[in-house]
Amino acid sequence: MSESENGKPDTGATPEAPKPGTEEVEPTSAEPASDSEEAKAAAAARAKAEAAAKRAAAEAAKPAWEKDPVTPEWQEADQDPLVQALRGTHAEALQSSRLFAGDLVVEVAREEIRNVCRTLKEAQGFTLLVDLLGAHFPEREEDPFEVVYILYSLDANRRVRLKVRTAEDVDVPSVTPVFAGANWPEREAYDMYGIRFEQHPDMTRILLWEGFNGYPLRKDFPVEGIDTGAAIYPEFYGETAGPVAGTGTGWRPPEPPADEESESASAETAGDEA
Amino acid sequence: MTDHEPDSNPQPETLFGVEEMELNFGPQHPATHGVLRLKLTIDGERINDCYPIIGYLHRGTEKLFELHPFFQNVPHTDRMDYVAAATNNLAYVGAVEKLLGMTVPPRARYIRTLLSELQRISSHLLWLATHAIDIGAMTPFFYTFREREQILDMFEEYCGARLTLNCMRPGGQPFDLPVGWVEKVGAFNEAFPEKVDEYEGLLTENRIWKKRTVGIGILPPEVALDYGVTGPMLRGSGIQWDIRKAMPYEAYDEVDFDVPVSYNCDTYDRYLVRMEEMRQSVRIIRQCLEKLPDGPIMAKRPRVLKGPKDSDVYHSVEGPKGEIGFYIVGDGTPNPYRCRVRPPSFYNIEVLPEMVRGGLIADLIAVIGTTDIVLGEVDR
Repeated sequence: MSESENGKPDTGATPEAPKPGTEEVEPTSAEPASDSEEAKAAAAARAKAEAAAKRAAAEAAKPAWEKDPVTPEWQEADQDPLVQALRGTHAEALQSSRLFAGDLVVEVAREEIRNVCRTLKEAQGFTLLVDLLGAHFPEREEDPFEVVYILYSLDANRRVRLKVRTAEDVDVPSVTPVFAGANWPEREAYDMYGIRFEQHPDMTRILLWEGFNGYPLRKDFPVEGIDTGAAIYPEFYGETAGPVAGTGTGWRPPEPPADEESESASAETAGDEA
Repeated sequence: MTDHEPDSNPQPETLFGVEEMELNFGPQHPATHGVLRLKLTIDGERINDCYPIIGYLHRGTEKLFELHPFFQNVPHTDRMDYVAAATNNLAYVGAVEKLLGMTVPPRARYIRTLLSELQRISSHLLWLATHAIDIGAMTPFFYTFREREQILDMFEEYCGARLTLNCMRPGGQPFDLPVGWVEKVGAFNEAFPEKVDEYEGLLTENRIWKKRTVGIGILPPEVALDYGVTGPMLRGSGIQWDIRKAMPYEAYDEVDFDVPVSYNCDTYDRYLVRMEEMRQSVRIIRQCLEKLPDGPIMAKRPRVLKGPKDSDVYHSVEGPKGEIGFYIVGDGTPNPYRCRVRPPSFYNIEVLPEMVRGGLIADLIAVIGTTDIVLGEVDR
């Protein structure tokens, strides 16, 4: 086993297969006098157990990349000094604090997010807003939207994630007064999810155009797209015209108005068909 | 910075006694490096305000991530920062590995480090070429593309693609290094510092280059931090922060390199920082080639990757343009439930109005060049 491992470390399975056979052969050659069936069976069982123990030891000695991946799990993080410091100043704002794969994740009450961010920036040194993003969890009964703030402290060399739950019809306090760079990502969260931010200096769409009908990263938004033409060019397309959802890029020409000139239209179509 | 505030004074003092004018800049403008559009409020040649309008290259990549299994999402990452695909791949597969708790074998870690440093050099070469052309220096383009072509050939030899590499997988590397690749990269690597000297000989003490870059596009460190600026932009503003040092990933904690920093916060200093970064990349590549271990290149992994239920991770790497990170939410299915890209260019271009306000339109070109944006990444 050890020889084969030195030779080729990535062929873990092949040297194990012939092992039981060789182990079974050895005792018979070592004890040629005892030919009773029980002794043979006992020796075989002993050899098998030894082989299994060896295999287990070899499995444990394997490097991490040859073992099955170990899925990280959530851990409570109440004892974290940062969480305790926040609990001292914003006791009612903190809803939960957990660790996942070494990252601290803190759920914060929606109304308090700006104050928590300000405290983190001014008192705890989290001066860099790494990212701000929205997420949609439609199966949640209330507050199906989530805003995630990823902050970084250069002094402590540490990231922390803040999560805020929100709904479609309530505003989240904007953190632009604390981090100027939150302007664009908040606009993007509004653009993609329809999450609105209170006191934001410029709450407009950023990647899509003003007048786009819908919020594309919501889970209920159709992947194939929606009817957008009618909203952009009202002078060209009526409410029922323009690109239609579910037709790919297939744009259909507007149908002739039926109600006003119904007689002439029907006469024309009849003529075409004939 | 400028002390000029266009909104504070209802009748702004004008430069040439004319009214303020709104000027549309882009999106089809060669100096915007793609489809960036700016709404400029100008007074003669002086920029009083600048309002970037983005989204012309929006392709809904984050929605696409949700529709594909973890493996199939790697090619989507190529198409965001399409001149630095390797670091995009690295950030994504790193996030998936963190989500599933996978450990990458050492040889794969070294190959990844090699690829991302080659990618950093190639991205900086493209930046230098376009930045110099924007300012009026045509010659560096031919020099830098000569070397960039060699790097792209090496990528092609490794994975078959030149730009959209798709060269990493969650758990390790898809292929081992081809025969002779190490020697080829080593030869290129040893010759490359002289080439950097050539570029620097063309530009660093060039009087026109300095006139166009020194003192232009000042970005104070506190403003840079406030706007989430990362990468060479931040280091050009005097903050010595690099994820490769701060939170080492792959093989960066086993190699020796310096993080260049410069304190004048202007376009010229950001140029110097990037030139020095290329030299440091050469050091990293040399050490990686020396230490390159043998062994497997792929970790043991399940055939179908499933993100754990109710889990989310954020992982980021130091791309050529700054911190590129992925935030992935798992829900027990083979697809990510939500995958957010933290694009460095998005934040680096957000600070553009702070850098150009009060400057001239000609300087705006230099400042856009120095931010080193790729609109595929800004708009995603």
